[in-house]
Amino acid sequence: MLSIGVLRFPGINCEEETLRAAERVGAEAHYVWHRDTSLGGADVVVIPGGFSYGDYLRAGAIARFSPVMAAVRDHAAAGGPVLGICNGFQILCEAHLLPGALMRNHRLRYVSRPVRCIVEQTGTAFTSAYVHGQAIELPIAHGDGRYVADTDTLRMLEAEGRVVLRYASDADNPNGAMSNIAGIMNAGGTVVGIMPHPERATDPLVGSTDGAGFFISIADWYALRQPVSPTS
Amino acid sequence: MTFRVLVRVMPRQGLLDPQGQAVEHALSTLGYPPLQSVRVGRAIEIGMEAADAAEAEARARDMCERVLANPVMEDFHVSVEVS
Repeated sequence: MLSIGVLRFPGINCEEETLRAAERVGAEAHYVWHRDTSLGGADVVVIPGGFSYGDYLRAGAIARFSPVMAAVRDHAAAGGPVLGICNGFQILCEAHLLPGALMRNHRLRYVSRPVRCIVEQTGTAFTSAYVHGQAIELPIAHGDGRYVADTDTLRMLEAEGRVVLRYASDADNPNGAMSNIAGIMNAGGTVVGIMPHPERATDPLVGSTDGAGFFISIADWYALRQPVSPTS
Repeated sequence: MTFRVLVRVMPRQGLLDPQGQAVEHALSTLGYPPLQSVRVGRAIEIGMEAADAAEAEARARDMCERVLANPVMEDFHVSVEVS
């Protein structure tokens, strides 16, 4: 059975809806405490949003040194899928599992509203359920979401198709992110970080299921890698 | 010897610094003559024992590279004085 580990750092606040979104696709989902050194058998790791360690120093800067991050690093090195959402994205950048960094929003305001995004990379364990170029609307809620990277890194991300999610236009860009980048992946396509919150758009009760694809993709990824059992 | 190390972390030149812009706007609202630039960063003060100033500075620079600054978006400056 697909097992999804949802990391918990002090100050994280989106773990419950992330766990629920994982369970919604039939996965066994469990929390992994930041002091744990094992992921509890998780096939997929999700680092949820929030304010780990109060965003002290820089968003994600302290969480990166938590014991659990060594296990996440090993999991990623072995090709295991990792999704970082919002603060999770910031943590993945600080941990150098993804390039670039997230800076203060260009208008200094914390922004919490739905934004239009385009799925530009469907070859990941988190986006295969979408169609390339599909427009979706996802909630965002962050004060430090402005993606920045040096020119060479930006060029590399574009050339290698590593921009997974992009704000639909300059007008939709809520934070001044370079190249309207809302989410990227590592070179292998196994580690993905995004600023929007798909877990908040997985239940018709809250008005949108545009984010459900991220979790359906995980279930599809898992199903595809299972050996086909003999039918004799 | 005991040293007082002051680490100054600033947003990298060329990257948008909205805090600096907001402060610059506030200062111009107060009627100051036009300013060349205003940038907002962070100062970190560290007290430490070290054999000499060079050792204290080397240790502080290592701290900056590993955690106190993020080279993607920030530059840092270290100054050391005997306390």
